[in-house]
Amino acid sequence: MAEVVWTTLRLAGLTTVLLLILATPIAWWLARRRAWWKEIVAAVTTLPIILPPSVLGFYLLIAIAPQSPLMTPLHAFGIRTLAFTFQGLVIGSMIYSLPFAVQPIRGAFEAMGARPMEVAATLRASPLDAFFTVALPLCRRGFLTAAILVFAHTIGEFGVVLMIGGGIPGKTEVISVRIYQLVESLQYGEAHRLAAGVVAFSFLALLGLLLIDRRTDEAVK
Amino acid sequence: MRGVEGTFSGALGAFRLEAAFSLQPTGITALSGPSGSGKTTLLRCIAGLTRMAGRLTVDGEAWQDETSFLPTHRRPVGVVFQEASLLAHLSVRGNLAYGAKRTSAKADVSLHDTVDLLGLGVLLDRSPANLSGGERQRVALGRALLSQPKLLLMDEPLSSLDAGAKAEILPYLERLHRALAIPALYVSHDAGEIARLADRVIYMEAGRIVAAPATPEPTLAGLDAAARDRLALAALRAGLSPLA
Repeated sequence: MAEVVWTTLRLAGLTTVLLLILATPIAWWLARRRAWWKEIVAAVTTLPIILPPSVLGFYLLIAIAPQSPLMTPLHAFGIRTLAFTFQGLVIGSMIYSLPFAVQPIRGAFEAMGARPMEVAATLRASPLDAFFTVALPLCRRGFLTAAILVFAHTIGEFGVVLMIGGGIPGKTEVISVRIYQLVESLQYGEAHRLAAGVVAFSFLALLGLLLIDRRTDEAVK
Repeated sequence: MRGVEGTFSGALGAFRLEAAFSLQPTGITALSGPSGSGKTTLLRCIAGLTRMAGRLTVDGEAWQDETSFLPTHRRPVGVVFQEASLLAHLSVRGNLAYGAKRTSAKADVSLHDTVDLLGLGVLLDRSPANLSGGERQRVALGRALLSQPKLLLMDEPLSSLDAGAKAEILPYLERLHRALAIPALYVSHDAGEIARLADRVIYMEAGRIVAAPATPEPTLAGLDAAARDRLALAALRAGLSPLA
């Protein structure tokens, strides 16, 4: 049981860190561009919210299978496929949770507006300097919200991880998949313990989010 | 050539800017004209915040011409925006230091003198959220000065303030006016402010610099630009602007 919890936390932690790095430039671009067609990109990055996990899992499985053209460049490194591997699971989780990272960060960038970055520029800060010393601290609540949502959402995912991970113990088996297997084999006791843990964790994550929102409201007042 | 020489020519949507101007090496030049005439746009072009074709030389250095364009952060410019735009995550001290520690120019303007000139001493450790509108603009002004600019741009810095806050900040601006060793452009359409602060006045209409407004302001009706300038200067010299 410790093993499955560790795999889950490792997956959620790695997904959160990598996704925040990936989502930040996307959110920045979406927040700053005015062209209407940027919303096409926004829609694509939001798709995982409404797609059935089985659809997402199916396409991901095809994309990381040995025959996939996306895998060809990796053959040189001795990697034939990412299906049923932990790395594949991380990639799948990142795509599955992408909207949960992009939306709050985009919202924070939009709420900040262009002015603070202009102010920083008139005070000799290069764009990158201004991003780290002005945009990041001003939008920290957006990043925190994104981090909590992605972490919690990754812990809660089931369909995608089952399809592309296969639930291999010690490698790709996560809590949600283990609970499913325990219930299938009528081991309700252990299923209860894991399920209750997920409920408690999810509650705390949501409570944390609401408290962050509250602090933001007070700061605005 | 010391001072400032600039021409800008280009379109932003339906708006067209065709502006040529020059500023003396010191003194405040007011930029006046009806709203929508392009005053803020011209200011943003000078700061490099809006990219427009043109030439701009400040204190002998080309900020932009046909082949080159210095981005805003490489232009030694100080900007005071219409609303104070202090960085909310930094204290007053942090805001003042933000530009000061990023400039490579030698420090002609010291923190001590700026704090003294603008009366910021008691505010240093406060957060921008706990300042009045007038205090915020004073901090924004100090922050701009401490970045050691070679040109100071102020975009209607008093227009978002109520009458009381305006009366509180004007004496500071007058002190600044006397202490300032660089050219400054001050956007305003308030004749009273212009008379108290400006050495010269430039008028804009529909994106162009004009000799005098087509619809003269009521109090100065019938005067040409030079006469108005003389009047404004005379008013300043006569001490019609009492210090608090």
